[in-house]
Amino acid sequence: MTPTAATTTTMTSPAPARDRVLVEARAIRKVFDLGSHFLERTRREVKALNDVSITIRRGESFCLVGESGCGKSTLARVMMGLLPPSSGEVHFDGTRIDGLRHKARKPFHRRMQMIFQNPYASLNPRRTVQQTLEEPLRFHRPDLSDAEVKAKVEAVMVSVGNDPSWGTRYPHEFSGGQRQRISIARALMVDPEFVVADEPISALDVSIQAQVLNVMMDARDQRDLTYLFITHDLSVVRHFGTRVGVMYLGSLCELAETKTLFANPRHPYTRLLLSAIPRVSTEEMKPPGLPGEVPSAMNLPSGCVFHDRCPLAEARCSVDVPAPLPQDDGTLVACHAVEEGRG
Amino acid sequence: MPLLDVRDLRVEFPTRHGVLTALHDVDFTVDRGERLGIVGESGAGKSVAAFAILNLISRPGHIAGGSILFEGQNLTRLSIHQMRRVRGNRISMIFQDPMMTLNPVLTIGTQMVETLKAHRKIGDAEARRIAATRLGEVKIPSPDKRLDSYPHELSGGMRQRVVIAIALLTEPALIIADEPTTALDVTIQAEIMSLMLDLCKTHGVGLILITHDLAVVSQVTQRVVVLYAGRVVETGKTARVVQDPVHPYTRGLLAALPGEGTAGARLNQIRGSMPPLTAVPAGCPFHPRCDHVQDSCRAALPALEDLDGHRVRCTRARDLASGVAA
Amino acid sequence: MNWIATRMTAFLGSDVLYRFRRDPVAMAAFAVMAAFVLAAMLAPWLSSMNPHDPAQIDIMNSEIPPVWQAGGEGAFPLGTDIQGRDMLSAILYGLRISIIIGVFAVMVQMTLGVVIGLVSGYMGGKVDAFFMRLADIQLAMSTLMLAIVALAVFKAAFGADLYEDLAIVMLILVIGFAEWPQYARTIRASVLAEKKKEYVDAARVIGLSAPVIMARHILPNTLSPLLVISTVQVANAIINEAALSFLGLGMPVTMPSLGSLISAGFEYILSGAWWITTFPSIALISLILAINLLGDWLRDVLNPRLFKG
Repeated sequence: MTPTAATTTTMTSPAPARDRVLVEARAIRKVFDLGSHFLERTRREVKALNDVSITIRRGESFCLVGESGCGKSTLARVMMGLLPPSSGEVHFDGTRIDGLRHKARKPFHRRMQMIFQNPYASLNPRRTVQQTLEEPLRFHRPDLSDAEVKAKVEAVMVSVGNDPSWGTRYPHEFSGGQRQRISIARALMVDPEFVVADEPISALDVSIQAQVLNVMMDARDQRDLTYLFITHDLSVVRHFGTRVGVMYLGSLCELAETKTLFANPRHPYTRLLLSAIPRVSTEEMKPPGLPGEVPSAMNLPSGCVFHDRCPLAEARCSVDVPAPLPQDDGTLVACHAVEEGRG
Repeated sequence: MPLLDVRDLRVEFPTRHGVLTALHDVDFTVDRGERLGIVGESGAGKSVAAFAILNLISRPGHIAGGSILFEGQNLTRLSIHQMRRVRGNRISMIFQDPMMTLNPVLTIGTQMVETLKAHRKIGDAEARRIAATRLGEVKIPSPDKRLDSYPHELSGGMRQRVVIAIALLTEPALIIADEPTTALDVTIQAEIMSLMLDLCKTHGVGLILITHDLAVVSQVTQRVVVLYAGRVVETGKTARVVQDPVHPYTRGLLAALPGEGTAGARLNQIRGSMPPLTAVPAGCPFHPRCDHVQDSCRAALPALEDLDGHRVRCTRARDLASGVAA
Repeated sequence: MNWIATRMTAFLGSDVLYRFRRDPVAMAAFAVMAAFVLAAMLAPWLSSMNPHDPAQIDIMNSEIPPVWQAGGEGAFPLGTDIQGRDMLSAILYGLRISIIIGVFAVMVQMTLGVVIGLVSGYMGGKVDAFFMRLADIQLAMSTLMLAIVALAVFKAAFGADLYEDLAIVMLILVIGFAEWPQYARTIRASVLAEKKKEYVDAARVIGLSAPVIMARHILPNTLSPLLVISTVQVANAIINEAALSFLGLGMPVTMPSLGSLISAGFEYILSGAWWITTFPSIALISLILAINLLGDWLRDVLNPRLFKG
């Protein structure tokens, strides 16, 4: 589809609908119980998400960034219903969907789809491309005839830049980028409104990453999709996202419009991440602002999870957990220093 | 004379579908204390090059031609015994996964002492002292205590630091690092890479950095080799290659990176993907994906054109460099 | 038909076949096994007599040595047993019974084990704990012990006549039930590995139900290890049947399997009629060896792919 057509779609849809909240995660906690070690009394737990709330508005490309172990993938999985939250609620278009039984959830399975990180594991190796693509459609649209299903598969394959004649082949015959495009096609088969993409390009080669990102952006323009895009790569966020949530150790640090975040990062952790964006330059590599590594989620630091690495930390930070507070421009920042004007 | 001089290196893997050539006539040199980047996508042959230098190509793959001169000896002609004196001693290797180097059931101290004693005649106490010094150099807090830790007690970033410390133990002349930070988070990646850069400079060690990440290469290395389908397509000073690339492939790679000004726009993608070794097209291996393709590209493999020190394997190299074809 | 043709070309060009053709041990093992299976299937046509039919047995022909020994007769190439049965015919028919019991017992094991292993691995939690403890208990008792008890009780309760009629079915069921944990554990382990892969999440995101995901997505990806243990398990089942028959709890003498033949001839081994027990033993051992060699080879060929995913 051409850019002109995309603009038409945007213009015809009423403006208020675009600002409506489509997906909402409210105060999500997720604790993984690792069981107790046979010599220890205490049960070992990983606190993967600690009271995280995000709202995603219709038409947005919401990005979640953070380093490994920050809980961004866990949050996505909780929102998709792949993991039950330990507490908290997930709402989709006004309906609470966490804990819904199989039958009641079915319409939401059609409306929300997911693209996975590893193109080598996300396609069943024993099923042909055609079988993989037909499956969601036949499940959600049993009324369609064989011919209609085939036509739809072909249309979606073409729209993501795949050759429709690939149908009879198996996933192992394709390269990583081609597989990821098949994976995107599978997610688009049932015409979802909301797509979660969990690190969809990080396993791909540089020259392929751009292709896949382009396919995802084309799909957004053509279908008016709402994305939740999970990545560790801030340069992709800047390119792709409309709003960003920065996560650290299971907590949300900062939530802002993409432009605002890059122009004016508030949270010390956001600043650290921004300073470490790899960029092509002729200057020699310098260490990022802060030393140290993300601590284990098995024994979270008390108070603010970032306080032991934070240059602005004071006594209060190791006691009180900071709440995300709205700033003048609508940005949410969970930091005592910013709250007290020390940031 | 350069420290390492790889000439016309050819590596082949015989399979039942015929012989696959993973590297075709690859040339590059590393001077003492110089940092060279080898860049390419997966399957381009960059790891094969590293393994070839260390004579670690797994059978039935083998070096089918060319020479690898290191400190005056041809590594392709060394016996297993002689090679052992070079590998892990004069040339160290750092892998993407630190657990390729670290033994999970031995303490870090034991492993470092053993490595030292394998290559030098020294006592335990002396070896331990050197080991602790090296751990300190890679900025591991309280190195003496850390010597008694097991690898699983350390985080991923700490493990990679230990691997770097081990690589530096025998005071090698060359370190080969194969995607050393790919598995790490961005903030740790920046720390580890800047640490390696520092150490290479202070110890005067040569570095071959193998990576797919042009950003890392641009900030760490002095010269770069770009591989595509087993062939060198562009090589020269890193600053010049990343600022003023000539080969359409290198240009495409750099243009495909999301930059500051491109938000929301389509990225410049290179169409198609790198062919597998079983299906490398005739002529220039990049021609099916190239925007500047001509008939001559399909007919014959272009030679490496020398544009005063910056070498490019493209029939239109001069046109592209002068901007005629761009 | 088209589908079969494409699958056939895929198989003929596949890695498995390529490696098979370069491995003389595998080819020899396969040839031996195929010969045995063919011989068992064609037993009625290859044999000079039906050893199960008392009317064809002549007691006057008893204990005739093999043809190359003094006193041997051309009609009985491997000699005759104590009742005058042709040993070659008895071995061919016995082979048939042994292989039938082996294959069917394994099918029982496989059905039980696959279902339990799939459910256990996919559901996890209490269901998993229950079945796996059950498997532990089952494995704590040896197959033979369990079979001996079950068969002895059956024999005592329903009489030897009924037992003789139902011997094949009983052996299949007993050996089948006794060894399901091997399958259940293997399947469970591969289900646990497969379950983590993203294609299973993708199926869940579509909204497919658990049974559909297990049957359509997970099961087909656990088949390679199934093939490997099946070969070993067929060999085990045949050995178990032979052992039970040797102990007098297996196939009756009137319808002997290889085990019962070995058992029946065992008492004459010292009285000079060595061939009665030796030839069935050789047949049994070479069959088991061939199957196991093939199983080992299969494991070597298929395993790397398991890990590569």
